[in-house]
Amino acid sequence: MAELLRVATAGSVDDGKSTLIGRLLYDTKSLFTDQLAAVERTSRERGDGYVDLALLTDGLRAEREQGITIDVAYRYFATPRRSFILADTPGHVQYTRNMVTGASTADLALLLVDARKGIVEQTCRHAFLASLLRVPHLVLCVNKMDLVDFDREVFEQIKEDFRRFAAKLEIVDVATIPVSALTGDNVVSRSPSTPWYDGSSLLHHLEELHIASDRNLIDVRFPVQWVVRPRSEELHDYRGYAGQVAGGVLKPGDDVIVLPSGLTSRVAGIDTYDGPVEEAFPPMSVIVRLEDDLDVSRGDLIARPNNQPTVGQDLNLMVSWMVDAPLRRRARVGIKHTTRSVRAMVTDVCYRVDIDTLHRDESVETLGLNDIGRIALRTTTPLCYDPYRRNRNTGSVLLIDEATGTTLGAGMIL
Amino acid sequence: MPVTGYELTHLQMLEAEAIHIFREVAAEFERPALLFSGGKDSIVMLRVAEKAFWPAKLPFPLLHIDTGHNFDEVLEFRDRRAAELGARLVVGSVQAAIDAGELTEDTRPGASRNQLQTPVLLDSITDNRFDAVFGGARRDEEKARAKERVYSFRDEFGQWDPKNQRPELWSLYNGRHRPGEHIRVFPLSNWTELDIWRYIAQERLEIPSIYYAHSRETFERDGMLLAVTPLTQPRAGEAVVPRQVRYRTVGDITCTGAVESTAATVDEVIAEVAATRITERGATRADDRVSEAAMEDRKREGYF
Repeated sequence: MAELLRVATAGSVDDGKSTLIGRLLYDTKSLFTDQLAAVERTSRERGDGYVDLALLTDGLRAEREQGITIDVAYRYFATPRRSFILADTPGHVQYTRNMVTGASTADLALLLVDARKGIVEQTCRHAFLASLLRVPHLVLCVNKMDLVDFDREVFEQIKEDFRRFAAKLEIVDVATIPVSALTGDNVVSRSPSTPWYDGSSLLHHLEELHIASDRNLIDVRFPVQWVVRPRSEELHDYRGYAGQVAGGVLKPGDDVIVLPSGLTSRVAGIDTYDGPVEEAFPPMSVIVRLEDDLDVSRGDLIARPNNQPTVGQDLNLMVSWMVDAPLRRRARVGIKHTTRSVRAMVTDVCYRVDIDTLHRDESVETLGLNDIGRIALRTTTPLCYDPYRRNRNTGSVLLIDEATGTTLGAGMIL
Repeated sequence: MPVTGYELTHLQMLEAEAIHIFREVAAEFERPALLFSGGKDSIVMLRVAEKAFWPAKLPFPLLHIDTGHNFDEVLEFRDRRAAELGARLVVGSVQAAIDAGELTEDTRPGASRNQLQTPVLLDSITDNRFDAVFGGARRDEEKARAKERVYSFRDEFGQWDPKNQRPELWSLYNGRHRPGEHIRVFPLSNWTELDIWRYIAQERLEIPSIYYAHSRETFERDGMLLAVTPLTQPRAGEAVVPRQVRYRTVGDITCTGAVESTAATVDEVIAEVAATRITERGATRADDRVSEAAMEDRKREGYF
């Protein structure tokens, strides 16, 4: 059975993103005739000179009326080898929060550049956000190659320009592919127009990419989500801790420590509805039973005694701010981290990053909507955390408005 | 569960994600309920819920909004499944609301009770003080749904505001809400129609017989195949023809169309779904055809 790959893409109509997505959907037979007919009808009624495939993903009335994408749209397609979830977001700076949202769960970021224009501000912004959110793989599609006569020099120059920019970022794996979304060159199969290109087609690259080792399988991290106590006749003494493995490989017999209490025990068994398992690893949802009867509740974290996360109240974060009201020093916010909710106070706003130039502005005192910056905060009770670069699950937090419940921002622990 | 090389299949990943969502909601909300119609998506959702809380029973009741125009096969199935799980079943009845004079039925030809489900659903949520309601909707069904969050907030009037949704990052769900507000939760957001069928096969789930090919008296209307029932009668000029059909979605009899099919087993249905080029709602649901934004408009008012 196929694996799942989550792809995030960002951009505007101009760079051919919608055409590329439309082609991937169409060529994997994931685009349906009634959807296509509806798009053709709407394009005709609006008087467009062409079939605007963006209408496929622009699902809201306001988006269709204004001809813009304002939110994350999810599209699904599959090949016999893999299933894909595509989070499609608008690319302009005022949609940074949407791009951050799409990238937060992605295995791969898909960037498009127009071969005639090369690397532009928007390309750099997307690459920076992919790097910030630690999307493990990046594909740069140099699109509209048909408009530059499939010129190898053009492609190599863009590839080199991007390589130089990306050297400033922490991006592990970059592939650069010359494509024409309109004509289909190198999208699904290798194109005869680019004999000088010896890499994979885009779809083949997406299908064959090795993603299994992107997860952290070293540091055991199991945030307790729900305590299982059936209290029924036949299961009178059953007590287990349900959760989704956030890191490492957990096995029966393993010595474990429960944090923040520090109590130790051993894994008695790992249960699922489908029977016990010998190993649990991310992102499995399981029930862990311990040999000793400890006081464990939601929000606690199970780790190995010789490999523990940091337990502390002072956090340094990179945050993506998502609301109009600015983030200021001394702001009081709610924090959700793994399965634990606490309160916190912002102790410092250190700097704002200009996401187009990567310049740090240390003179700022606040962060506004769509800003990215570094802050420090202190929580009322300890969190059990890892650096985000080490573990996306135990290194990420939501900042929440305690009064309205709104999500204010997303934080990545440094 | 065969597991090698620390890899999961895409169905196992989708299941693990959905289980996580169920447990988050159960832990953070006071009074959740699960919308169970007896349709295939809610059957799959119910199995995932069973897995999330096993070996304990479901920590919440099932809720069904009965339009009074449901297929008998589906209602029988609903009652049997609830009994097997020992789950409490809450039924909100559109017919009862009409009989009590709380709702006025549109009896013009072509009208359905689809619109009437929304006030009954909202009343059921208020009366039972539900603060979280699980639904089986998928993002691949329809383009307004493709934009909806897993945790979808509803104000005190049950309305969805698509332009003012909370960003949803990683697997960190923010369930904060004020009294009177509730959320709709869609644990199967990332599943496709084909995933649903593959899961039905993998779990050997029983589903109502009308999902498989059977012979029915049918007639064509607006490009859809409708069954001849007491509620759906052919008009003059609409020829009744016996056909081998099955249902891809199961909703209100009056607006759910059948598709011609010979697929009589799960494997045959999977083969058929994999080859089809028309979306399930486009093929079979008159309620979504009203306008380009039919689903968005109904969801804004509090629809499923």
